[in-house]
Amino acid sequence: MNWPLFKKALSNPLALAGFIIILLIFLLSMLAPVIAPYDPNDINVKAILLGPSLQHWMGTDGLGRDVLSRMLHGGRISLLVGLVAVGISTLIGILLGAIAGFYRGWVDVLIMRLVDVMLSIPSFFLILAVIAFLTPSIINIMIVIGLTSWMGVTRLVRAEFLSLREREYVLASRTLGARDYRLIFTHLLPNSLTPIIVSAVLGVAGAVLLESGLSFLGLGVQAPQASWGNILTDGKEYIQFAWWLSLFPGLAILITVLGYNLLGEGLRDALDPRSGHHK
Amino acid sequence: MLKYLIKRVLWMIPLLIGISLISFLIMHLAPGDITSNESAFNPKASEESRQKLREMYNLDKPVIVQYGLWLKRMTTLDFGKSFASHQKPVFWQTTDKDGNVTKGLIQEALPITLMINLLGLTITLALAIPLGIIAARKYLGWQDRSITLFNFIGFSIPGFWLSLLLMYWLGVANSWFPISGLHSLNYDSLDTWGKIKDSASHLFLPVVIPSITGLAGITLFVKNGMLDVLHQDYITTARAKGLNEHRVIYTHALRNALLPLITIIGLSIPGLIGGSVIAETIFAIPGMGKLFYDAVLMRDFPVVMGILTIGSALTLAGNLLADIMYAWADPRVRRGVVKG
Repeated sequence: MNWPLFKKALSNPLALAGFIIILLIFLLSMLAPVIAPYDPNDINVKAILLGPSLQHWMGTDGLGRDVLSRMLHGGRISLLVGLVAVGISTLIGILLGAIAGFYRGWVDVLIMRLVDVMLSIPSFFLILAVIAFLTPSIINIMIVIGLTSWMGVTRLVRAEFLSLREREYVLASRTLGARDYRLIFTHLLPNSLTPIIVSAVLGVAGAVLLESGLSFLGLGVQAPQASWGNILTDGKEYIQFAWWLSLFPGLAILITVLGYNLLGEGLRDALDPRSGHHK
Repeated sequence: MLKYLIKRVLWMIPLLIGISLISFLIMHLAPGDITSNESAFNPKASEESRQKLREMYNLDKPVIVQYGLWLKRMTTLDFGKSFASHQKPVFWQTTDKDGNVTKGLIQEALPITLMINLLGLTITLALAIPLGIIAARKYLGWQDRSITLFNFIGFSIPGFWLSLLLMYWLGVANSWFPISGLHSLNYDSLDTWGKIKDSASHLFLPVVIPSITGLAGITLFVKNGMLDVLHQDYITTARAKGLNEHRVIYTHALRNALLPLITIIGLSIPGLIGGSVIAETIFAIPGMGKLFYDAVLMRDFPVVMGILTIGSALTLAGNLLADIMYAWADPRVRRGVVKG
C-alpha cells in the first residue's frame, strides 16, 4: 500500500478510531511479558477469586491467577489467531477467485459450485465437526477457521477480475503479448487490492469472534494457555461469585472486534467511493 | 412458475453431492483412521468396539467404495446409532420387535431449535424494520447516527458474552428469569396457565439474546434497501402526485425495500442453526446445537456426521423456501425477467 493512500484512509474518522484501538491492543499484547504484573499461569491458593483491587486490577480467577496478566497474554492469542486465520482464507480466496475470474469456463463453474456447497454447510457445525476429528490446538483452530471462511473473498476477487479483465488497459497489455501471470500480478491483482484489504480487515473481526467462541466452548485454545474465550469459560463457571471474570475478557473482545470493524468500514468509505454511498 | 421451480430443485443435486464429498473428506481428516483417534481420547475402548466402528464406516474397503457407501447412507439418512444413547440422529421414531419406541435424536431436538429461532427472528424483524425505516428517513441525522453506532456494537459484541452478562444481571443478581433448561422441575404439577408462564420465562433469555445480536445486520439491510428505493423514479412520481409522506413510505417504498429481506432470511439459516450451539450450551437448551456440541465432545461420530449432513440439507431446504417465496412475491423473478 502506498503512503498517500494510507494517509487518505486514515483521514476517515472511523478508520482512524479503529486503527488507534487496534494499535493499542497490539502494543499491550506484544508488551505482555514486560508489563504483566504477574506470571499468567502462576497459581496462588491464597488469592482465589479475589475481586478487583490495587494488587490485582482485574481480580483473580478460580486458581488464584491474576486476570489482568492472563488478559494481556490472552490478547496475543486472539490477535495471532485472527491474523493467521484470515491470512489463510485471504490467500485461498485470492487464488481461487483469480483463477475463476481470469480463466472463466468450467474452472469458474467448478470453483463457484464449491463456494455454494461450502456456504450451505452451517459453518459453525463444519468447524466443530472438523475439530471433533482432530484435536483442539491453536494451530488447528487457525487452519480450520481459515479453511472455512474463504468463500466471501473468492466471490469478491472473481467479481473484480471479471470486470477488470475487460478494461482497455488490460486488453492493450494482452495485445502486446503479456503473459497470464503478468496480467494477473501487475494489472488485475493490484487493482483489486482495496476490496480485498477491506474484506480481510472485517474478516479478522469475524475470526477473533469465532476463536473466542470456540475457546469459550472448550474447543479452541486449551488451558493452561490463556485466551479471552477460555477466561470467559471460567467466568460462566463462577458467574454467581465473580462477575469480573465475565466482564473484562468480554469487554476486550468487544473493543478489539469493534476496532477491526471500524477500521474495515472506514477503509471502505475512504478508499472505495463506489460502495454503500447514498446522496 | 413451474419451470422455475423444477430448475431450482434440480439445482440442489450438485450441491448435495458437494456436501457429501466435504463431509466424507472431514471423516477422513483424522490422522490414521477415526478408530485410532477415538482410542486416543478413550484409551479403554476395546478392540471389539474399534472393530465395530471400522465396520460401520467400512474403513477396511477402498476409498471409492467407502464413498459410495457413505453416499448410500446419506440418501437413506442412515447414520448409525449414537454411541452414547443408542438413539439415531433422525427425524422419526423407530419401534423394535418388542414394541419399544425409540425417539430420533433430531426428532426431539429440531422443534426446540426451530421454535427458539422463529421466535427470535420475529422479535428481530419487529424491531429491525422500524429502526431501518427511521435510519433511512433521517439519513445522517442523529437518529441514523445512533442507530449506526448501535449497529457497530451489535456486529462486534460476542453473543455468548452478552448472554453471560444478562444471565448474571437478570438471572443471578435479580433472579427474574431462570437461567437454564426449558422447564422448571415442578413443571408437570403446574396448571395450563402456570405451564405457559413457566415456559415463557425459561425461553425469555435464550430467545431475546440472539435476536438482539441479529438486529444489527437486518437493521442495516432494511436501511440500505429503503435508501435505494427512495431514490427511484416511482417514488418521485408518487411524491409528485401529491401523496402524503406516510403513504409514500409505507405503501410504495416499504414493499420493495423489504422484498430482498426474504433472501437474507433464507441465507441466514446456516448461521442461525450453527449459532444455536453457543446459546443452547449456555442456557442448557436441549436443541440441535447442544446435541451437536455434546456429540463433538464425546466424539460421537454417528451423531456428528448425521447432524452435519441434515443441518446442511435443512439449509438447502430453507434457501429453496426463500427462493420460492421470493418468486411468489416478485413476478419479475418467476417470469424469468430478472434473476432473483
